[in-house]
Amino acid sequence: MTVNRVVITGRGAVSPLGIGAAKLIEGVWQGRSGVKIMDEWRQIKGMRAVTAAPVPEVDAKSLLPRAMRRTMGDMAIHAALAAREAVEDAGLSADLLGSGRVGAAIGSTTGSPEAYESFYEKFLAERSIEELKSGFFFKIMSHSCAANVCLALGITGEQWSPASACSSSAQALGLGYILIKSGRQDVVLCGGADEVHHSVTMVFDVLKAASRNHELPLTTPRPFDINRDGVVCGGGAGILVLESLESAKARSADILGEILGFGHINDCSHIANPHTDSMSAAMGAALREAGVAGKEIDYVNAHATGTLQGDIAEAGAIIRTVGNKVPVSSFKGHIGHTLGAAGALETIIMLEIMRRQEVIPTLHLENPDPQCGGIALPREIVPRKIETMIKNNFALGGVNTSLVFRRWH
Amino acid sequence: MLTDQEIRERITEVISEEFELEPSRLVPEATLYDDLGLDSLDAVDMVVAMEKSFGVKLANEEAIKAVRTMDDLCRLIINLKK
Repeated sequence: MTVNRVVITGRGAVSPLGIGAAKLIEGVWQGRSGVKIMDEWRQIKGMRAVTAAPVPEVDAKSLLPRAMRRTMGDMAIHAALAAREAVEDAGLSADLLGSGRVGAAIGSTTGSPEAYESFYEKFLAERSIEELKSGFFFKIMSHSCAANVCLALGITGEQWSPASACSSSAQALGLGYILIKSGRQDVVLCGGADEVHHSVTMVFDVLKAASRNHELPLTTPRPFDINRDGVVCGGGAGILVLESLESAKARSADILGEILGFGHINDCSHIANPHTDSMSAAMGAALREAGVAGKEIDYVNAHATGTLQGDIAEAGAIIRTVGNKVPVSSFKGHIGHTLGAAGALETIIMLEIMRRQEVIPTLHLENPDPQCGGIALPREIVPRKIETMIKNNFALGGVNTSLVFRRWH
Repeated sequence: MLTDQEIRERITEVISEEFELEPSRLVPEATLYDDLGLDSLDAVDMVVAMEKSFGVKLANEEAIKAVRTMDDLCRLIINLKK
């Protein structure tokens, strides 16, 4: 079996901090947050969590032709824009995209919740499909983002769409890494997308895992802080171009980093509760595959969403696998929990951390929770030599993923 | 009661808006598929748009399939409105 090295050669982002990877990076380095109050959610009976980090309005009409938009919900529009940026960033030609050697692995929690709601709103009231438009199914299907991106960019290789909620794009990165490593594809566009929608936040609200801190100025979510009170859902899309080292070198592509290992562990102990053993097993598996010892890790990007249980469980796993000296941070304070987009958007920030050799702190962290076990939590931007990083993403349903990245010289 | 000309004008308006096409392209002889670039999915949406705009039911699938040009579409709707 072929074993290729897998590098990253492009990135594209649509995030709560704006359209384009540059906006995301600029916002994060400025310490800005994309979280806002969703006043209209106050009308929903029983809804107590009314913050979110939505993507600023996009003029899709001016950016994508109608024939593409007609089958896209917001998440697929965002995925297509991010994918187009990533392809341009990587310098992939139309010929290569259509060669069959380029695939896509782009996930999301579900299809577009906005499209679901607008259909059922009418259907349940009138029991009628008479005004149903042709694009409906293509907006709600679980592979809406992957299918629409392939169509928009002329990709003819393998199409995959991992759907595992909060770890969808981390799984997509792992899958792309496997596809390239094994020689099935030379290049894979990897990532994910999700939309801010009340039906998404209400899932966390029902589980008492959503932040109900609406005090202005907003300082939520606040991962690892003793006063954290839950998740704030965000929206957007992140896409990375993964490529075999051979292909990248043949094209003289700029290499942004290398993926060394992917840990992927299912947790059978509980469908919703985080589990330190499974988290550390995922981190351990990624490190083993990477051939990297825990002490070699220079930075940990935590999944840490700001829930009471999750942050404690993850801190325990971090201590167990890499110790308590390595700087750890979470980007959820900046962009919220972007769910299916989280793994990819956060990796884009990590690549910039590696490029600038600066660690970004966790936004809104003021008083670290002692129960988070004394992990090293920087409070400001810290210069640091960063060669090797590990990132975690976990999802309801028992999914635990870790990826190990290395700087490219 | 709309005149035939008013129906034609309304159809041009609806098709222009639905498919983001310049009204100047929607001449009677323009073919929906080749000249205007519509496809099978658009045909579904065209029927929905016509039914909604004119309060008619386009239930005769053969008649819809026979529509090739803007003029064919206008004639179909004009006949249904009579």
